[in-house]
Amino acid sequence: MSMNRRSFIKLLGASAGVGLAGAPMFSVANEIMPKKGRRVVVLGGGYGGAIAAKYIRMADPSIEVVLVTENKEYISGPLSTLVIAGFRDLKDNTITYEKLEANHGIKMVYAHAESVDAAAKVLVTNQGTIAYDRLVLSPGIDFRFEEIEGYDPKTTPDVIPHGWLPGAQTLLLKKQIESMKQGGVVVLTVPPTPYRCPPGPYERTSLFAYYLKQHNPTAKVIVWDANEKIASKGPLFMKGWTKHYGFDAKDSSKGMVSYHSNSKITKIDVKGMEVDNGVESIKADMINIIPPQKAGLIAFKAGVVGEDKKWCPVDPVTFESKLAPGIHVIGDSSSAAPMPKSGYSANSQAKCCATNVVQLMNGKPLIPPSFVNVCYSFITNKEAISVAAVYKEAGGKIAEVPNSGGVSPDLSEMDARYAYGWIKNILTEMST
Amino acid sequence: MRLKLLMALIAGGMAFSASALAHEPSYTAMMANTCNGCHGTDGVSAGPNMPNLGGVPANYMVEQMKLFKSGERPSSVMGRLAKGYSEGDFTAMAKYFAAMKYVGAKQPVDDAKAARGKVVHEERCEKCHEKGGSVGADEGILAGQWLEYLQISMNEFRSGKRPMPKKMAAKIEGEGKLSDADVEALVHFYASQH
Repeated sequence: MSMNRRSFIKLLGASAGVGLAGAPMFSVANEIMPKKGRRVVVLGGGYGGAIAAKYIRMADPSIEVVLVTENKEYISGPLSTLVIAGFRDLKDNTITYEKLEANHGIKMVYAHAESVDAAAKVLVTNQGTIAYDRLVLSPGIDFRFEEIEGYDPKTTPDVIPHGWLPGAQTLLLKKQIESMKQGGVVVLTVPPTPYRCPPGPYERTSLFAYYLKQHNPTAKVIVWDANEKIASKGPLFMKGWTKHYGFDAKDSSKGMVSYHSNSKITKIDVKGMEVDNGVESIKADMINIIPPQKAGLIAFKAGVVGEDKKWCPVDPVTFESKLAPGIHVIGDSSSAAPMPKSGYSANSQAKCCATNVVQLMNGKPLIPPSFVNVCYSFITNKEAISVAAVYKEAGGKIAEVPNSGGVSPDLSEMDARYAYGWIKNILTEMST
Repeated sequence: MRLKLLMALIAGGMAFSASALAHEPSYTAMMANTCNGCHGTDGVSAGPNMPNLGGVPANYMVEQMKLFKSGERPSSVMGRLAKGYSEGDFTAMAKYFAAMKYVGAKQPVDDAKAARGKVVHEERCEKCHEKGGSVGADEGILAGQWLEYLQISMNEFRSGKRPMPKKMAAKIEGEGKLSDADVEALVHFYASQH
């Protein structure tokens, strides 16, 4: 399209006007893709965000969708502990977005989100600003490092990994467990609920033990759990530890796994490799602190975090923030109890949110939610356990459908096989 | 040239609106979408032990969901999930998936086994699982399902964990009972029919 003299002058006038107005010149000058039609911006390319972007486009292709995410590769948390134990490759947990972009006409922007101007409906990134009609935040988690004395957010994870954001941290834990001295002690600390992936710390306990049983059979895994009991699938984990790792709930000196409830880490001596829970301290050869958690940082900047200063209260039908209209929050950052902060929950919430974002934008009635969670945990390389649940909305809240769902009756090889089918499907759904 | 472009645009536009129509928000779509995490978008599964749902006849799906719910069909999470829905929900979701396109799994198979399986199929199974197992209002679709899923299903049938319809039991366990190798050949045949 050629530009005639008049429109060129108009354009000059417009930018001069913006310039005179002051601040807006900055955002106009740095706008990444000027908004023409109706647009939803989705932030976060994980289990929630990628699905929200896709399902909005599937339901109404007349709505433009911009998916903003930090990296061209996304690494899945689910099944990442298998990488530490040596029976899965990190690349099998990794997806990219080219097919998602091509198949659904989603506009990808790889950028770091810096802030949200909710009044102006603009997302500010390190690459420039993006205007939206509605914003969907799916930023995952951040950590409350400050609750552990002696923990330096910058340097401590390089020595004492959390491994709760998969990738380099996963590989560091793998390296550490492989190089630990014979008969060494690993301490794993479980944060208070709610946190990302409730069964995750206990699966990690199991798979540390699985690795050590083969390569370092006199080693010990000590679990300090901030909670009063195992947060998910408790009896099944204990059954698995008893069956495979000599666990004895009454005598923690026996077997490879020693579990301690009501034991919240309060202090860490990184140099001395010593953890403290206010009552006792232990020296360890390897420490895996899974720190207490909160919503992703951008949720704080967007003003959608609730009074607890941790998580984002949302409407259970639209996932629209109760604090900032036009901004929706899904996945780990949202308060969606009793749904756990799991990958499948995020997937399911994303579809519900996408559906009702489309309804809102088209001025149509909202559709009641229906959610599912499915989650598998490995006990060994061959045996796994599972939990499943169906949720609906009742009285303005998310509620489990009575007499449905629950945990598997036992450990089984079938659940391990289905876990691989699960991850293949859910990662394919996010990336195609 | 212009006409061609116009035709392409129209065809593209039609495909576009057809797909948008299929995904128009509804409570049925809301429920059915929750299945996709494990069974793939539009019920096209990428996971080798989870069946395709898209394009599978509704009758068969409703029946299977009832069997999962009652526990007659063995499962991992399916029985627990099925308990969260009514029979009306099953029917709505089944019709939704039945209206989708069936996309068989593209997967490597053993050609020799598949060839032998074709013979077994034609002798014993074609009468009910018509057209190479590619149709079946009550029987479901076998052609192009994932090999591992088919193997798991046949193991469940033959070990007695999953009840076989009488006609099926007669063909599998009856006169000239199928060997393990026959069954393995048969599932390779179905897996090859995508």
